[in-house]
Amino acid sequence: MTIHATTPAGGGAAESRTAPAPRALESEAIHVFREVAGEFDRPVILFSGGKDSTLLVWLAIKAFWPAPVPFPLLHVDTGHNFPEVLEFRDRLVAEHGLRLVVAEVEHWLADGRLVERPDGTRNPLQTVPLLDSIAEHRFDAVFGGGRRDEERARAKERVFSLRNSFGQWEPRRQRPELWNLYNGRHQPGEHVRVFPLSNWTELDVWAYIAREGVPLPSLYFAHEREVFARDGMLLTSGPWGGPRDGEAVRRATVRYRTVGDGSCTGAVESTASTVDEVIDEVAASRLTERGATRADDRLSEAAMEDRKKEGYF
Amino acid sequence: MGQLLRLATAGSVDDGKSTLVGRLLYDTKSVLADQLDAVHRASVDRGLATPDLSLLVDGLRSEREQGITIDVAYRYFATPRRSFVLADTPGHVQYTRNTVTGASTAQLAVLLVDARKGVVEQTRRHAAVLALLGVPRLVLAVNKIDLVDYHEQTFVLIAKDFTAHAAALGYQDADVLSVPVSALVGDNVVDRSDRTPWYQGPTLLEHLETVPAEEERPNAPFRFPVQYVIRPRTPEHPDYRGYAGQVAAGSVAAGDEVLVLPGGQRCRVDRVHTADGDVPRAVAGESVTVLLSEDVDIARGDLFAAVDRPPRLTDELDATVCWLADQPLRPGARVLVKHGTRTVHALVADLLARFDEQRLESTADPDSVRLNEIARVRVRTARPLAVDDYRACRRTGAFLVMDPVDGSTLAAGLVGSPLPLPGHARPAGRGEPVDGVGSS
Repeated sequence: MTIHATTPAGGGAAESRTAPAPRALESEAIHVFREVAGEFDRPVILFSGGKDSTLLVWLAIKAFWPAPVPFPLLHVDTGHNFPEVLEFRDRLVAEHGLRLVVAEVEHWLADGRLVERPDGTRNPLQTVPLLDSIAEHRFDAVFGGGRRDEERARAKERVFSLRNSFGQWEPRRQRPELWNLYNGRHQPGEHVRVFPLSNWTELDVWAYIAREGVPLPSLYFAHEREVFARDGMLLTSGPWGGPRDGEAVRRATVRYRTVGDGSCTGAVESTASTVDEVIDEVAASRLTERGATRADDRLSEAAMEDRKKEGYF
Repeated sequence: MGQLLRLATAGSVDDGKSTLVGRLLYDTKSVLADQLDAVHRASVDRGLATPDLSLLVDGLRSEREQGITIDVAYRYFATPRRSFVLADTPGHVQYTRNTVTGASTAQLAVLLVDARKGVVEQTRRHAAVLALLGVPRLVLAVNKIDLVDYHEQTFVLIAKDFTAHAAALGYQDADVLSVPVSALVGDNVVDRSDRTPWYQGPTLLEHLETVPAEEERPNAPFRFPVQYVIRPRTPEHPDYRGYAGQVAAGSVAAGDEVLVLPGGQRCRVDRVHTADGDVPRAVAGESVTVLLSEDVDIARGDLFAAVDRPPRLTDELDATVCWLADQPLRPGARVLVKHGTRTVHALVADLLARFDEQRLESTADPDSVRLNEIARVRVRTARPLAVDDYRACRRTGAFLVMDPVDGSTLAAGLVGSPLPLPGHARPAGRGEPVDGVGSS
């Protein structure tokens, strides 16, 4: 599949990003994967089923082709998944002969290591199972799909981001990152989060997905579903709960711009049913993807910074 | 990669750098509605009359509280002509190490000065660091031009002062541009200002869009650090053995003869492979897998190089370091050196000279080198490295100095002496002269 820059009305600022930048970004990401494979003992790819982590897996496959990806995937399963995402995950793993480790938040809730929050949201509960799994499997490099364009605290993230033995990010301990000489050295108990997509923008991701024909969960494309409005977002019913009193349910044509915990991931009204249509929509959008659809980032101006310091992705 | 320009910004505290970057994002419509709303809300909370564009880029809460930028922030914006990756580097004096970070990959740097203050110590220091790291082009943004009433002579004097400093650092006139701007009001950042009729040059963005985005030198000799050996050993690929890496300089094609270092074997390239199939030729920056016709023992850390123009194989480096750690460097320090894909133990045998980047002078035989200082040193490595002079090849002339105990990054290292400073001569009585550029 090839991608040509289609210019949506008023989207002039964005159109040129689809041109040759993806090749440079792909080479940069592949270089990062290979550095980690060369320098770490037990890397793992954090996998949520979302487009960024799917792209990570895609790039990992390309980086080591024709050999299999030399490390497993780790999915922190909140139990609040969209069924389409789990199906997609299992199919991807089977098709590419990948290894998958699942950390189920339910287990942590069942034995009391975690307690359900009053609002029922489980996104903040992922941190403990993640850190426990990193310790249990002695993962020393953890790939994440984070991009610097997502949010202001992430704009300062390194490609190789050192985490202390509590899994925490310490802004003042971050190493200067020089040339493309990544420093992955760490002490026992510490690990390094690695972000191969650091320099990609949302539009770069979509342009690359279009060009390469990267498969995605169907949630990313327009479909009909029952939704209700809460805090300016369109939520859907699921194992995580449904509408409260006074929240009217209606059928709408929607798609998701991010995939996360069902209780706090909202849909946007959209008729974009192909990658090209999504690109047009993204280019014309006046909302960043997190601001549009993620309740957890709206908690405070510094929400992401605080969660990163705790050991969040 | 012609459409991607990597740039860095540098300036002193209160020069308005965050505002300038915010202005670039804002005026290129790279700022989305919710970010803008957040800035408006925060500005109102602080009792400001107009939105503070610096809030678009000052990311960490501690920065917002102190009103300064602490860490390098990466920003992305695009125009119909180009995409930009911007490393916004802090100006606060103890964070100069971040300028080194931003500059290491930059093809162009924008330095800010306050029109009321002109070129100050930080400007000179930053320009020296940018020159040291080989940033090919500089732009001086003379900011707050509105606060000197758009006075032409003020601008001209500052530009002249800076151009002279840049020339002393080795920049040609054509590689340096000065622009009078007001980040706050928007003069000459994206849109041409009618308040500076005396200025004929391009606006800042026009320049960024049109300046040559030169990558590596076109005729540079081939360099390829081996990152990883790909051996599937699957039924479909029982004998596949590929050397994965990113072309550091020059290019490679099937049929080329390459030199494998440090082993010294000459091998024929059989295929240049990617997940999308074989490619006829791979150029600098591309990640590929090289397959050789001969069966040789090659591992991560080895380097493929052009046979006719090989790098220098040496276990003694005459190098320049920019010291980035709190603890000072002293002669005899045991360190790790990461060069390309190879990490070796090393000893900093001698501190030859410490540079004063401000006055462009050097002090011979310093006792120590402290945070943010630049020094010429002699390093002995436990195993030989295949190096180029930094001026000849940024990627194979660069190395990291790391702490062998806690792994922290101590210094940015550059092979040779990239700054054309006077008073460069090695102190006498310290052994034979160290040879400069080129192969032995």
